[in-house]
Amino acid sequence: MNVANSEPTASATADTKSIRHYLSANLRQYGLLLALIAVMVFFQIVTDGTLLRAINVTNLLLQNSYIIIMALGMLIVIVAGHIDLSVGSVMGFVGALAAVLIVNYDINIYLAAAICLATGAAIGAAQGYWVAYWRIPSFIVTLAGMLVFRGLSLWLLEGQSVGPFPREFQIIATGFLPDIFPAGIGTSLAAFFDVRQINTLAVASGVVAAALIVWMGVRTRALNQSYGMNEEPQSIFVARTFIVAAALVFVTYKLAQFRGLPNVLLTMGVLTVIYAFLTQSTVIGRRIYALGGNVKAAKLSGIKTERLTFLAFMNMGFLAAAAGLVFAARLNTATPKAGFALELDVIAAVFIGGASMSGGVGTIIGAVVGAFLMGVLNNGMSIMGIGIDFQQMIKGLVLLAAVIFDVYNKNKQG
Amino acid sequence: MSPLLEMRDITKTFPGVKALDHVNLEVSKGEIHAVVGENGAGKSTLMKVLSGVYPHGQYEGEIIYDGQPARFRDIRDSEDHGIIIIHQELALVPQLSIAENIFLGNERAKHGIINWHETNRRTEDLLAKVGLAEAPTTKVDGIGVGKQQLVEIAKALSKDVKLLILDEPTAALQENDSRKLLDLMLELKTQGVTSIIISHKLGEVRYVADTVTVIRDGSTVSKLNAKTGFSEDDIVRDMVGRDMTHRFPQHKRSPGKMMLEVENWNVWHPEHTERQVIKNAAFNVRAGEVVGIAGLMGSGRTELAMSIFGQSYGRRISGSVKLDGTAIDVSTVDRAIAAGISYVTEDRKSLGLVLDETIQFNTTLANLEAVSSGSILKKNEETKVAEKYREALAIRTPSVFQKTVNLSGGNQQKVVLAKWLFTEPEVLILDEPTRGIDVGAKYEIYTIINELADQGKAVVMISSEMPELLGMCDRIYVMNEGVLVGELSAAEASQERIMSLIVNE
Repeated sequence: MNVANSEPTASATADTKSIRHYLSANLRQYGLLLALIAVMVFFQIVTDGTLLRAINVTNLLLQNSYIIIMALGMLIVIVAGHIDLSVGSVMGFVGALAAVLIVNYDINIYLAAAICLATGAAIGAAQGYWVAYWRIPSFIVTLAGMLVFRGLSLWLLEGQSVGPFPREFQIIATGFLPDIFPAGIGTSLAAFFDVRQINTLAVASGVVAAALIVWMGVRTRALNQSYGMNEEPQSIFVARTFIVAAALVFVTYKLAQFRGLPNVLLTMGVLTVIYAFLTQSTVIGRRIYALGGNVKAAKLSGIKTERLTFLAFMNMGFLAAAAGLVFAARLNTATPKAGFALELDVIAAVFIGGASMSGGVGTIIGAVVGAFLMGVLNNGMSIMGIGIDFQQMIKGLVLLAAVIFDVYNKNKQG
Repeated sequence: MSPLLEMRDITKTFPGVKALDHVNLEVSKGEIHAVVGENGAGKSTLMKVLSGVYPHGQYEGEIIYDGQPARFRDIRDSEDHGIIIIHQELALVPQLSIAENIFLGNERAKHGIINWHETNRRTEDLLAKVGLAEAPTTKVDGIGVGKQQLVEIAKALSKDVKLLILDEPTAALQENDSRKLLDLMLELKTQGVTSIIISHKLGEVRYVADTVTVIRDGSTVSKLNAKTGFSEDDIVRDMVGRDMTHRFPQHKRSPGKMMLEVENWNVWHPEHTERQVIKNAAFNVRAGEVVGIAGLMGSGRTELAMSIFGQSYGRRISGSVKLDGTAIDVSTVDRAIAAGISYVTEDRKSLGLVLDETIQFNTTLANLEAVSSGSILKKNEETKVAEKYREALAIRTPSVFQKTVNLSGGNQQKVVLAKWLFTEPEVLILDEPTRGIDVGAKYEIYTIINELADQGKAVVMISSEMPELLGMCDRIYVMNEGVLVGELSAAEASQERIMSLIVNE
């Protein structure tokens, strides 16, 4: 009888042990997610629920959109073993260019947007050229770029703010996707949940996205298992998938109560999915990780490391330009100070997201979560009425803590 | 004469390897003592024990220095006792002046403020002693390697040296610079400085040494005395004579058609552009043949291989490479790979693997096209490939998703091999394929090489271990100072013949 009793207990202990082992081995990944949740819960409580009110959730997304867009490019640059300090200035410059083209010269907004994006890519290419083919440290090249493009924005705007933009341009950043479902559904849903209004499209896309994540998670897990790679214990997999899916539904439900899905969210979502795919599932993505992980080995494996570095910077310029358009449209004006010191937020987001300064390590999802973590901190502290002085200090310490945590983990493993 | 230094029964083990096995070394006061042996015989390890790099407690045996048992805690400690070692790679800071380098860490200063007057004056004295006519304020990167060597010796003299150890001091020097350095050693001897010289160049050893200790496979083999007389042949015999049975898989090979032909190959140094690293090299390999390239480290073997592999080394590269009778373009690495050449590096950690990535990642890295369609990776396909090579090469790991940094040296080497086998090359250049791996893993690597030859691949094997070349190769080229100085068939090759080709230029 004793034997019969002890068996399940033993296997249960073994199970908890392996879960704990797995969690501690992958602490960074889960730690980030848990930190985001903890920070949100904390601010939700201390702000008496203001943080997760529908209008504030919408705001949170809009406020951080341009940081996230740039973090995607910065992640690639950092994985490749470089850094780009110029993105804030480039973003400001492109916003200024858009304002001058659209407001002063009355150029069609789509043409202007295309010119701006091309300019961003060209700026990135110009900087990447020196880094990749002349081996000038990216820190220097982009520090120079930071000054040059800050100056160019001032010159272009003649020190003045230029605006406002036409309505169609503002929509880029401040517009919302129209609810394509009949209004009746929304009204009855609103009645059912006992809220003022519901945007059916937002809720529906949230549910679909959550379902997609669950489906893809299950599929990948099954595939991994068939190759003997089922490292993640089932309970953790279920918990993680549930949390992510629930969070998605929750956020879209909140958005639905305000004005629905912001256009920017769509842009951000699509870009995030594209870049996550690019980095994880394509030849070029794989080569960038190899380049950052060991440039000599990559070179001797026939990888054209210079061209990849060049492309990483060009891509960064393009995304900085996209962020510049969003930022200008959101402010509805271009100012010479736009984007000032923003590169630091972007870089911080990528490092908080787990990227390594020495290259070769980091994920798109990590960078996005890192950006949100910073965003929630900013937003929560602002609601609490904490001064900009303390905000800066706290953000700085969070960045330091995240990187110390990384290094500590690495030392413990090695 | 009384001994200045006695090292008795020194044994030093690294995980899995016994680097030194009861080595004895006795150096008399005022003599020049040469320590000779093949690469990896344990000479450098012995010197590291002596100079405190491996402090007391990390080795067995005892050191008697100047009549006292010595237990050095670190290099600083041994230097305080007057033991100064000058390494192969010079430890000078190129951006600093000669005077600054000589007194680095030993500054002529009061309360942290440097007395430049005294520093420069004393430097002048020291430079006069070593016969170097340069101003103390000259930057070290502005003078040649030979003169830098002299600066190192001046630095040693500034510390009241009693025992000067020179680790292959002439390896990077031209003929007349070498001679100057050796003469300086003799000069210092008359001033009472005892020296140990580690060298491969037996001519030099005969020129300066009073006593020679030969080390082989981590043990002292013999001690020869200049007074009683010895010949270079004696040294060569003692350096290489060892048992070779059963260390290599028995195998018959039948080489086929001519696969790789390299002719008129010339390469210049990438930085010192006036230095020619490879001079008019020509060699060939047949399908199904294993051809060795023997030579000492720094003789240009790796440079030859890397310059052929997509010009990964050197400048002003000229010459022709033919594969299967047709000239091929090897001007970039991807072209060389596409043409069918693979190069397995001697330095797997810094040139071969992305250590923080998985076995799978590394296996497919040089041929991602084969596991992708439309440049989108087919990860299942990748895993299959990685599994296939894991099985074929018997890579011991729980899964192909293991990071390569966690593997043993032998398994890492197999992953690098897997990466290159997956590019399906015609010619495989293996640079020191068994360096730093244990005997069992070596045997497995040899078996894999035999299998590759059986599949009709042309294999070039670069190695510093002569028994390995003799045990594996059908033909052996011998390289010395950038020149292929000889070619020996398996039948005529022996360690003595190879060594004499190397040392008798």
